[in-house]
Amino acid sequence: MGISSHGGQANPPLTPLLERGERIHKFVLITNYSLLGGSLVQLRRGADRRPWTFYVLAAFFTLFVLFLYGPMCAIYLLSFQGPNGGLTFPMHGISLQWFAALFAQHRTGDFAGAFLRSILLAALVLGMTVVLSVMAGLAFRRRFVGATLVFYLAIASLIMPGLLVGLGIGLMCQLLGLQPAWYTSALGAQLTWTLPFGLLIMFAVLSRFNRFYEEAARDLGASAWQTFAHVVLPILLPGIIAVALFGFTLSYDEFARTLLTVGPSNTLPLEIWAMTTNITSPALYALGTLTTVVSFVVITAALTALAVIQRRRAQRRPHAAATR
Amino acid sequence: MKLSPRIVPYLQVAPLTAVLLVFLGLPLAVVVAVSFFDYDDFAVRPAFILRNYLELFSSSLTYTLYLKTLTYAAIVWALTLAIGFTVAYFLAFHVRTFLWQMALFLLCTVPFWTSNVIRMISWIPFLGLNGIFNQTLMVLGVVDKPLEFLLFSDVAVVIAYVHLFTLFMIVPIFNSMARIDPAIIEAAVDAGANAWQVIREVVIPLSRSGIALGSIFVVTLVMGDFFVVKIMSGGQSASVVLAMSNEIALLQYPPAAASAVVLMLLVMLMVAAILRLVDVRKELSG
Repeated sequence: MGISSHGGQANPPLTPLLERGERIHKFVLITNYSLLGGSLVQLRRGADRRPWTFYVLAAFFTLFVLFLYGPMCAIYLLSFQGPNGGLTFPMHGISLQWFAALFAQHRTGDFAGAFLRSILLAALVLGMTVVLSVMAGLAFRRRFVGATLVFYLAIASLIMPGLLVGLGIGLMCQLLGLQPAWYTSALGAQLTWTLPFGLLIMFAVLSRFNRFYEEAARDLGASAWQTFAHVVLPILLPGIIAVALFGFTLSYDEFARTLLTVGPSNTLPLEIWAMTTNITSPALYALGTLTTVVSFVVITAALTALAVIQRRRAQRRPHAAATR
Repeated sequence: MKLSPRIVPYLQVAPLTAVLLVFLGLPLAVVVAVSFFDYDDFAVRPAFILRNYLELFSSSLTYTLYLKTLTYAAIVWALTLAIGFTVAYFLAFHVRTFLWQMALFLLCTVPFWTSNVIRMISWIPFLGLNGIFNQTLMVLGVVDKPLEFLLFSDVAVVIAYVHLFTLFMIVPIFNSMARIDPAIIEAAVDAGANAWQVIREVVIPLSRSGIALGSIFVVTLVMGDFFVVKIMSGGQSASVVLAMSNEIALLQYPPAAASAVVLMLLVMLMVAAILRLVDVRKELSG
């Protein structure tokens, strides 16, 4: 159906248009065929209909999610236990009494102070983890002497039982005559837990980082600092937010390492632990609900930030929105 | 100030290395040193004696504790592997869109970012004699009176461990599975394999490093735990680290340190064994 190339009868101005039309026509045909052919292949394999295993696995997954979240619901419910209620069901009315009991500082401990300390410490750990992990992650892009050693040091830090690390730091402070405190020894102890996570996340993020952006920036005349601040950092921002999230939440909930290194003033998990060892009232559940709410606020903030960044990038480059 | 590009990596990695050396390397060296110290009821004296190790290895309590802890580790490993693998398989191969994959994955991960202690004690009202589980069973007519063995027992400890640590299996295995080239699975199906054969011959070998990484996490976390065993067994069970924490509370640092050193060596051995079977470094470096 094509127009013969030596059909000299056609008008000279029309021929290029018709040839182009023919090319476009062929292109559309081929594309349609591959799309159609693709879906033909799919239909043949029946991949459009979900196999029965999908429903079995989906049910299993639902059970697993219930298993993960279910018990916490018991705690949330019981924190509203009535004044005469006990530690377990049944509920004797609904009240906010146990939340109030937390803030009245009688024998149960100093929660406001512990909470403040936990938040401050978590913020410190967040900051230090982000800075140190990003720097170290960037260092690992090149080969340097001792890279494997540092890597195994980080892995060792990850697998070392928390109480051992706490014991070591506590003993070290004693031997050196230093007083452990939440902003020195506990900070260091928690960093041994968060830094490996931060480093591993940076590894994952940097392995997908395309160096050509850096090269392009250099070619356009940017200095090293400008390249870092205006090109590398914005691209790495989702990974950095992930590191920050891990740093904050791991520190906020950290318990074993902090137990022996915190000094005279407790953080919130230690207060929770003290209440756990002699559970006498649902105030513990109220505390659990409150601390979980704080965690959820932080998690939501981080995830929202990530989602906003993703959306902005998809808007700027719609054709690249499909890439992970 | 222009820095030579050769020095820059060293400067960048120095702070992290310094923190890890000061807060991990030095303390571990101190623990090893203290494990040779002498002690009595009043003070700890620097010395170099093997008494702590001899007492440790000659006491039958040590072996009982290690057997108990290793049993917990083995059971929890098996359960988390089975559950984790299934969940990761579902997320990687049966969930169609990337958005759903991420959403469901996040759904599993969010509890990890809340307090472990709270998640653990949330099982107490759930499994208790008046708890939700027993009440549901009785309402459904499955049992006549509440099951007693659910709480403050080994069962409760294992349940709590699985609840806390399955995520550590899901994440690496999901990561490994997501990297499997779909063309390989297609080739296997075209070669005539049924679903089980595909799983056994293709998926499992290709997710080996994820399984190894998850196993390392779960085993080290169980071996190093003390608060789950203490609370969920109601004091009836003990673990190695729990005994260690008791010694620390009594200020008996040298035997605690000796116990710590032995545990450290054992954990390192187990991790090295797993790493020898599977090369995980590639997985971690992306």
